[in-house]
Amino acid sequence: MADASPKKVLFGPILNNNPIALQVLGICSALAVTTQLKTSLVMCLAVTFVVAFSSAAVASIRLQIPSSIRIIVQMTIIASMVILVDQILKAYAFGVSQQMSVFVGLIITNCIVMGRAEGYAMKNSVGMSFLDGIGNGIGYSMILLIVAFFRELLGSGKLYGFQVLSVTQEGGWYEPNGMMLLPPSAFFIIGLIIWGVRTIRPDQVEEA
Amino acid sequence: MEHYLSLLLKAVFVENLALAFFLGMCTFLAVSKNVKTAMGLSLAVVVIQTITVPANNLIYQHLLKEGALSWAGESFTSADLTFLGLISYIGVIAAMVQILEMALDRYFPALYNTLGIFLPLITVNCAILGGTLFMVERDYNFADSVVFGFGSGLGWALAICALAGIREKMKYSEVPEGLRGLGITFITVGLMALAFMSFSGIQL
Repeated sequence: MADASPKKVLFGPILNNNPIALQVLGICSALAVTTQLKTSLVMCLAVTFVVAFSSAAVASIRLQIPSSIRIIVQMTIIASMVILVDQILKAYAFGVSQQMSVFVGLIITNCIVMGRAEGYAMKNSVGMSFLDGIGNGIGYSMILLIVAFFRELLGSGKLYGFQVLSVTQEGGWYEPNGMMLLPPSAFFIIGLIIWGVRTIRPDQVEEA
Repeated sequence: MEHYLSLLLKAVFVENLALAFFLGMCTFLAVSKNVKTAMGLSLAVVVIQTITVPANNLIYQHLLKEGALSWAGESFTSADLTFLGLISYIGVIAAMVQILEMALDRYFPALYNTLGIFLPLITVNCAILGGTLFMVERDYNFADSVVFGFGSGLGWALAICALAGIREKMKYSEVPEGLRGLGITFITVGLMALAFMSFSGIQL
């Protein structure tokens, strides 16, 4: 992996090696915020920022970290990044930050961040780790935004807060599907996305 | 007493960390292939959760909360250190996991061998940090946090054992090719979450 081209590092995680669909990482904190596109978009930006900069930071001191305490060191770096994001959100987007409640803090334990720091940044240069972080952030964002798109559209007939389908309560024709606003729908949508991705790329199918 | 009982039931069923808030999903999906390992992991989660939530509660109430430092002198009465919350909580969790690991290794080698590989995984389990963050957000007192920690750990354990049981049975069924493994697991979890939602109507 060390000699992979920057382009491959950046775009690989988006479809071929998607962190959510293939590596099963970082599903934890993400799904609860996908009822609306707006919160998901903020979440995506936050995660991409944290992954990219923490990977770069870990990579820059990778030769100095003793391996016995590396987890703690990585955690501290990641936690500092997340605090930064949390404070920025509180200052400039208080409403969104309230809606996301504890889930901003939970980026710390988002396995993607930890996984990339441990699995890639510890072995590669600063620049490549940064690109790898951005790539994984985008791969993650893509799934998150697809889920949020369907949930907001079918659940409340809106996209990014604008009414797209006129709902029956206001005399329109669309009956909102209440289940889409509830947690289980996110699982169904991701399950179906994985099915889709694996139908296109049969090599990703698992042996049962 | 009634208050604690309702808090416990709420933490286990109504506000199940795994199925209502999607916390701890990575481990939830990765370690639920068979019931035995799932049991080992859930035991570790319950123990760690019962220790860390109250420990973090003490830190929050006596060090970080606005005005909490007033015991240290006049000049500290207006100190608000809540922004240091995340980094302290994760530190406590990582330290607790490490201590528990060493203690088990020394005094209960049999248990250590069963739980060993799961313990480090728990540091990055969102359910643990999530439990702490919910505790802070809802401003629980110490006794509440003990009950909440135990209950939320138990709820997560219940969910992962149930999923592991279902996945063991699912080995014998014919699943469409692309859906095998991860895909069908997601859909199963979705159905389980639907079932757990029936608890949400219960008023406690």
